[in-house]
Amino acid sequence: MKNRKRSHLGIRWSVAVFLLPHMAGVLCFALLPMVRVLVRSFQSAVGGSWVGLKNYLMVWNNTAFRLAVSNTARFILVCVPILVVMSLILTVAVQSIPVVGKHIRSIFLMPMAIPAASVVLVWKALFHDSGLLNHVLLDMGADAIPWMDSGAAFWMLVISYLWKNLGYTMVLWAAGLSAIPKSCYEAAQVDGATSRQIFFRITLPNLKGTAYILVVLSVLNSFKVFREAWLVAGDYPDQSMYLLQHLYNNWFRELDFDKIAAAGVMCSLVIFLLIGMLRRAWDREDNL
Amino acid sequence: MSAMKRCLVLGVLVLLAGFVFYPIWFAVTGAFSSRWELEKNLSPLFSSGQEMAAWPLLPEAPTLRSLVEVLLDSPGFFPMFWNSVAISAGILLGQLLVDIPAAWALARLPIPGKKVILTAYIVLMLMPFQVMMFPQYLMLDDLHLLDTLWAVILPAVFSTFPVFMLHRFFQAIPQEIIEAARLDGAGEGRIFLWIGLPLGAPGVLSVAILTFLDSWNLIEQPMTYLKTKSLWPLSLFLPEITLPDMGMGFAAALLMLIPALLLFWNCQEYLERGIALSGGKE
Repeated sequence: MKNRKRSHLGIRWSVAVFLLPHMAGVLCFALLPMVRVLVRSFQSAVGGSWVGLKNYLMVWNNTAFRLAVSNTARFILVCVPILVVMSLILTVAVQSIPVVGKHIRSIFLMPMAIPAASVVLVWKALFHDSGLLNHVLLDMGADAIPWMDSGAAFWMLVISYLWKNLGYTMVLWAAGLSAIPKSCYEAAQVDGATSRQIFFRITLPNLKGTAYILVVLSVLNSFKVFREAWLVAGDYPDQSMYLLQHLYNNWFRELDFDKIAAAGVMCSLVIFLLIGMLRRAWDREDNL
Repeated sequence: MSAMKRCLVLGVLVLLAGFVFYPIWFAVTGAFSSRWELEKNLSPLFSSGQEMAAWPLLPEAPTLRSLVEVLLDSPGFFPMFWNSVAISAGILLGQLLVDIPAAWALARLPIPGKKVILTAYIVLMLMPFQVMMFPQYLMLDDLHLLDTLWAVILPAVFSTFPVFMLHRFFQAIPQEIIEAARLDGAGEGRIFLWIGLPLGAPGVLSVAILTFLDSWNLIEQPMTYLKTKSLWPLSLFLPEITLPDMGMGFAAALLMLIPALLLFWNCQEYLERGIALSGGKE
């Protein structure tokens, strides 16, 4: 009895020692600051008097904000479907080829490990007006594309996003594929199903959960593409790739803290929604 | 699948893999190219003539000149490199000390309100930097940490992603082993050190790799929180390089690339496991 009590106390103490340092840090560097910004979003930038929803209206009617939001949305709507479908096809293709397939998969995963800054010179050389891509285009008899200062800048961003994330997404698809019970395939083969039938009747339906999670994760990852945009084009890129982070940085430099606070709160609301969807998918997978 | 179809698939895959690999190859060969070759091939990028840039698959006269120059003759390189190292090492060490125990507690100890804590951690883990930037900036300002490396390190140490991932790895350890140790009279600290850590080591390695790749690559955080240029990591300097220094730029980029690539080659298995787990499988 005595022994039991001691170990229970031991558990309580260890919970405190193990968990509290990290939770204190999270409170200090994430939660409390976020609450503070939420409060600030209802106050004026100077003086801090209450202004209600004025900041929100100001941000909502701001043309740069609308441009950044619509670019970000457009980017997500274009990239995520391409990424998800392309990586599934590649995963299945790579798995259909023994030995060599594994090496090919490694190559697709490699960009994930590459620091964005160490290929910035390469991107610049590829996408410059007289760069390598245009060189190839001219050689093929096509017209050169002004990658950096036209709507094509947006596609440069799409390409670098796909380059970076294809391998990552392929690993997630592979994990989903390997979770499908072998017996399903065996049963189908016994019944004489063709490989096409197997793919559409067994593989795809079983991947629904994975697909859902993948889409949400890819959307969240797409916010990171600012890195490539900034590295290649700096603080004021072509307006087709002007993203939320550019806007934030500009407001930041001009000390428009009221706008940043309100825009940040609006962004986090959208993200909350996405996370809610992800949670539901995870719960359905019976994880956590 | 017929042999011809398989060949076709293989062909397309190899072609695509070639496209994916090309930028990396470009970066690596750039570091071994001589200055005149770089100028010959890439000068069209900096003049507004009709000529187009070119890039040979292999440098005509490979040389270590640029690399040597960066390592020996450029006093600016090492401080930046060390800033990058200090940031990554600081984040890794901090996570080792704080995040692993926290993950163990969340996975294995009875905690009131565990579900709420985990939900909060997941939400924070998925918040992009755009949302966290301003709140963190205000806090770091209050703590007088702005413009020190701590401003980059501390928020990363207390990020919730590693804790969440590790907690999933720790959850996979069979309960019977822990119960057995408890019956033998082992305390919680001992169970964590002697059972949790060794059995969770592959998971710790997976998360450490993801953390390193991320912290080695940080751009937004140092850009926002560090004003003094002497504190900047490599990732902020590389974009500023111009034509006359192109050789050095490629060489510096390669030196930044090497640790990441070495890690990738040696630990790809762990990296893949980490990624698979981040998707909520396994």
